[in-house]
Amino acid sequence: MSLIEIRALSKSYETGGEQVAALRDVNLSIERGEFASVMGPSGSGKSTLLTILGGLSHPTEGEVRVDDISIYGLPLEKLADFRREYVGFVFQSFQLIPYLTVVENVMLPLSITDTPNQEQHKIADRLLGRIGLTGKGGRLPDQLSGGEQERVAIARALVNSPPLLLADEPTGNLDSKMGKEIMELFKVLNDEGQTIVMVTHNPENMAFSTRTIRLRDGRLE
Amino acid sequence: MRLRDISINNLRRRKSKVFFLVFGLTVGITTVVSLISMTRMMNDDISNKLDAFGANILIIPRSEDLALSYGGMNFGGVSIDVQSLKESDLPKIRNIEVRDNVNTVSPKLIGVVEIEGKRVPLMGVVFEEELRLKKWWKVKGARPKAQDEVLLGNEAAVQLFKSAGDTLSIQRRGVRVAGILEETGSQDDFVIFADLKFVQEVLKKPGFLSLIDVSAFCNTCPIEEIVRQISKELPHAKVTAVKQTLETKMETLDQFRKFSVGISVIVLLIGGLIVFTSMMASVNERKREIGIFRAIGFRRSHVVKIIFLEAFVVGVLAGTLGYVLGLVVAKVMGPVITGTKAGVAVDPWLGLGALLLSAGIGILSSAYPALHASKLDPTVALRSL
Repeated sequence: MSLIEIRALSKSYETGGEQVAALRDVNLSIERGEFASVMGPSGSGKSTLLTILGGLSHPTEGEVRVDDISIYGLPLEKLADFRREYVGFVFQSFQLIPYLTVVENVMLPLSITDTPNQEQHKIADRLLGRIGLTGKGGRLPDQLSGGEQERVAIARALVNSPPLLLADEPTGNLDSKMGKEIMELFKVLNDEGQTIVMVTHNPENMAFSTRTIRLRDGRLE
Repeated sequence: MRLRDISINNLRRRKSKVFFLVFGLTVGITTVVSLISMTRMMNDDISNKLDAFGANILIIPRSEDLALSYGGMNFGGVSIDVQSLKESDLPKIRNIEVRDNVNTVSPKLIGVVEIEGKRVPLMGVVFEEELRLKKWWKVKGARPKAQDEVLLGNEAAVQLFKSAGDTLSIQRRGVRVAGILEETGSQDDFVIFADLKFVQEVLKKPGFLSLIDVSAFCNTCPIEEIVRQISKELPHAKVTAVKQTLETKMETLDQFRKFSVGISVIVLLIGGLIVFTSMMASVNERKREIGIFRAIGFRRSHVVKIIFLEAFVVGVLAGTLGYVLGLVVAKVMGPVITGTKAGVAVDPWLGLGALLLSAGIGILSSAYPALHASKLDPTVALRSL
């Protein structure tokens, strides 16, 4: 059974009084352990696909099943729980909370679980060590470089050990050196069995993935 | 980490916004606490003054009334087994447990005498006590100082054609009219007031009393308790609270309280409005952050909790500050505004009330902003998606 099953997925937005189709009749399966790059020109529906996979945006039509759960059949609060338990999201522009320290940002998804504080710290410190940020847990996000902030965002996304990691342009705000470091990190995570779906413009990033999904005008190519 | 850590960290890093929020609520709580404290000061002062103004307890000899009827006809009633009140009862009133609440004890012996062919009520009083009790008396002439000096009620003076300085004869004993009371509109207008001992001799009732008027401070001790204690000391007497006096006093104080409440409500509403608008502005500024929370799996209730926790902390801060400042304002401004010298009591219950009120207003004012925040679409809030 695939981790992700998408059937007849369509998504439309209303913009300036007009209906714009962001995705049209997309059918897709992603297996566990895959590292899929989603590529396409601007406006092809890449980020829309990612947000729908992450349980953040209801499709107009179609079904999305993650781990055999029809996620858009869930009530709103259960959908929030799904996001917490099944999905780790690495946003474009990092999206860290500016008034929380690095370790607090990493622990953020755990703050609404029953995990005791001490255990939260252990998990966060372990993750920070894995991504090369040991000793920087007490800093604020604006005291880190772009690459370091991206790593913190990745650690936060992984803190609940989600089956699925979604990344939206993870190297978009980084220079090529830092970008490569991040991609190498993703490769390591994928080698360890993490399923990753990544939206990217950068063809060099494609090389790190095991599969490429191309979109044009909302359709799969 | 818990949700409260998110709330506290947010407050710690937005100090100027927190200051504004706390300021708005503190002004409201300071106003409430200072008004309540000053009202209490006025209450104590007015209450004591009203208590000292006129009698609020009446003591008369106990008697049993027997209704007489015979053969189906009603012959009215008769008092039997009438006990006596004596001067020796007076120290017992001053010795009750709550004696500090007893202000004035004014004994009286009442009789009727014939003066120049006219029957006139004669009341024997201790002038010092009676004049302290009846502060509304205005005397034309002088207040009696000697045992053979009397005070005439306004109508009694007209009836007897007497003025201050004149003499008159009561039971062949000459007395001098020290003064005439200005019209009071009560039965005092028709009475001759003389020294108690003098009247007891004239009426041949040495040591006896007709009634005792008592003025008690019932602010800190309910009048029923004072009545009970006096009754216990004087089992042969009937002791009653004069309810009309009490009700007048309570009505006056009630109006002060209503005014206080009115002002407090207005100021608190303004404080609440400040919190509401500040929280709404804060939610709008924090759209991105709220979007992150929702995107990583926070339920709507988690977002509401974060905002409520912030409002609670602000409320507790403002409540504490407001309570302390309120007491300071009452202490400094109270004597100036109320004209009293009464002190300000530190009341821990008022402090707790101020805290709870402030926190409550903070949370209530944040309810709509919190709900609004929880409904934000994560993708719209994050914008980048």
